[in-house]
Amino acid sequence: MLSRTADNLYWLARYVERAEYLARILEATQRLATLPLDYIGSSNEWASAVATAGCAGAFYAVYEEANEENVTEFLAFSLNNPSSIRSCFEAARTNARSVRTALTVEMWDAINGAWIELKRFGNGPTNRDELLRFLRWVQETSMLFDGSAYRTMLRNDAYWFSRLGVFMERADNTARILDVKYHMLLPEPEHVGGPLDYFQWAAILRSVSALTAYHWVYRDSVKPWLIADLLILNDQMPRSLASCYSNLVDFLDRIGEAYGRQGPTQRQARAIRTRLENSKMDSIFQSGLHEFISEFIADNNRLGAAISDQYLN
Amino acid sequence: MAWTLHLGVVFTAGASMSLAFDEMTSPDGAVRGAYAGLDAWLKGLPPDMLELRRREAEVIFRRIGITFAVYGEAEAGERLIPFDVLPRIITAKEWDIVRRGLEQRVRALNAYIKDIYGRREILRAGIVPEDLIFQNPVFRPEMNGQKVPHDIYVHIAGIDIVRIDADTFYVLEDNARTPSGVSYMLENREIMMRLFPELFSRHRVAPVENYPNELLATLKSVAPLTASSDPTAVLLSPGIYNSAYYEHSFLADHLGIELVEGRDLLVKDDVVFMRTTEGLKRVDVIYRRIDDDFLDPLAFRPDSALGVPGLMSAYQAGNVTLANAVGTGIADDKAVYSYMPEITKFFLGEEPILKNVPTWRCREAEHLSYVLEHIEELVVKEVHGSGGYGMLIGPRSDKNTIANFRAKLKATPTNFIAQPTLALSTCPTCVEEGIAPRHVDLRPFVLTGRDRISVVPGGLTRVALKKGSLVVNSSQGGGTKDTWVLDS
Repeated sequence: MLSRTADNLYWLARYVERAEYLARILEATQRLATLPLDYIGSSNEWASAVATAGCAGAFYAVYEEANEENVTEFLAFSLNNPSSIRSCFEAARTNARSVRTALTVEMWDAINGAWIELKRFGNGPTNRDELLRFLRWVQETSMLFDGSAYRTMLRNDAYWFSRLGVFMERADNTARILDVKYHMLLPEPEHVGGPLDYFQWAAILRSVSALTAYHWVYRDSVKPWLIADLLILNDQMPRSLASCYSNLVDFLDRIGEAYGRQGPTQRQARAIRTRLENSKMDSIFQSGLHEFISEFIADNNRLGAAISDQYLN
Repeated sequence: MAWTLHLGVVFTAGASMSLAFDEMTSPDGAVRGAYAGLDAWLKGLPPDMLELRRREAEVIFRRIGITFAVYGEAEAGERLIPFDVLPRIITAKEWDIVRRGLEQRVRALNAYIKDIYGRREILRAGIVPEDLIFQNPVFRPEMNGQKVPHDIYVHIAGIDIVRIDADTFYVLEDNARTPSGVSYMLENREIMMRLFPELFSRHRVAPVENYPNELLATLKSVAPLTASSDPTAVLLSPGIYNSAYYEHSFLADHLGIELVEGRDLLVKDDVVFMRTTEGLKRVDVIYRRIDDDFLDPLAFRPDSALGVPGLMSAYQAGNVTLANAVGTGIADDKAVYSYMPEITKFFLGEEPILKNVPTWRCREAEHLSYVLEHIEELVVKEVHGSGGYGMLIGPRSDKNTIANFRAKLKATPTNFIAQPTLALSTCPTCVEEGIAPRHVDLRPFVLTGRDRISVVPGGLTRVALKKGSLVVNSSQGGGTKDTWVLDS
């Protein structure tokens, strides 16, 4: 297939995934920010939302203060922010138009329908009810798109490149949450966690839609090191780094097999997966959770660049 | 899309619409045979059914994203082309004449282009004036003496046809470069079959859905002789900002070929390749929807970012086929149009089956003085104008406009032709007041491959939605209809 087509499919999937991620962050933050201060302490949840979205620099170039209004506007509706939900949908549709021939009707319908619907939200909801409906709609749109791709695409390179986009973006998103929140996840044996921490932890789980999953996996009350385990090493959890990488390796292998040639991307992805497979939470904590995450983010970025080099340019 | 070509206007005289030939109803109020089924069906229809279906169609069109960009209207962005749910119906007998006429016309066009870039017998015979060719900006000296596979230049033609009365079809314009609109022909039929299954069950309508299949066969049949037995064809588009982009993606999708932009292609040692995820892949046939000027910055406009550097050199080396060929503009120029009857006779030795609209060439002194004298009754068109812009409709224009045009005409008469205002035929159309007659034209699509010429029955009917309006151009408020050729 054309490199440009593969590139468009890959980014289309990334943009939709990113939009969903932003919606989940905003929803979790909204929920946390409405709790009485006694429960969440004095930290600024909105500032932390900007940080997990990975656009603190761009945000503070425009705004002085991270509050509900500014952050919601910036992350959800601003066209000045190339990573806002709206910008993601705009970019996704532009990409989709460029590769109309590589999309199924159902996928096009999902993305084009969302783009039309988005116009009805105008410059953004005027109250919290509407905002919440909007955020839910964004998540549903992403699921509709993803489900359409899953159910209707031919299982060939077009599908595999679109999957690569999903899992590259997802790995990056989960890693960024961990990067911002890691200090809350450090094990402190003497500290069993007061109500204050519980809500912070629950918010982390919500932002990767894993609160229920947590209970099923661990059958335990919410403990920070288990959250870290769930998000990093647990292969059952679809947004964990481990799960993202077993998918990335799988899809890269299929591409390599179909093209009859392996390259740096296959090797790099396999190396990262092996590291995740061989890690234990204990040793990660010992050698430093933050260092581990930073290294992962750098590795993930390198893989992204390698995919571009090998296939998309 | 704006039909990128020229076309489009036709004109009732100052004459009122009631004088125009209506394709459904004769002047005494009787319904013509072809429309009997539609008439009966309409009479049995609940009152707001058509309006409901019309809205349904609009929703579908918007969702599939059949939109077109309007140049020069920043906020308009993407617009829908209005779709009229009432079909235009043509009988098999009428179509047979039109089809034969089209095939003849395209054979003549190909023979003429081959001659212009070859032996130039028609110029030596003094039938077409030399300056019309050599001073024409669309003449491509690069094509002189250039062989093209099977001597085919115009693989895809869109010939615009208007109807004046029961027996007379005129060719209004030939489009021999990159005619657009075929995706609307196909989508209109799909939508109609979805909305009105009952109406279809009452008629035997000749299908159009095999067009993409025919097109692909046509493209592959003209691959360079050196290409493999299964040549690779691609569709070259200027990209998503082009007004016809939807059509490009639609066709690529239905042909199952890659939709490429200039940056996806590169030329190495006079061979064209596309960049794929598996490395470079050779390209044999390019269905290009980019004008000559933008094809290759090394050969034509150096500022063009849309094209492929070196493409022309690969083409001249015979390593890739371009459809349509480079330089076909000399066949669809409005001034050349007026010579088509003579061109047909000269190359084919046949009388043209489809007539031209009578045309005055302002380059000829006698014609010019006639035009200046009768300008109030005539339609004056710029020879290179397109999209219904740059023309004067005499009966509809005020004194100032006419005076201005007269001055332009005197200054550069060779830039203009003039035609009488014709009473263009009308078809019943859904408008605000209900069902009313509106002027229509027809663009059938003619494919020419190595072994044969094929014309899908029907084509794209364009309709002027405004009462009395003669402009059927999509960039100026025209709509489209499904076109039915009934099996007899």
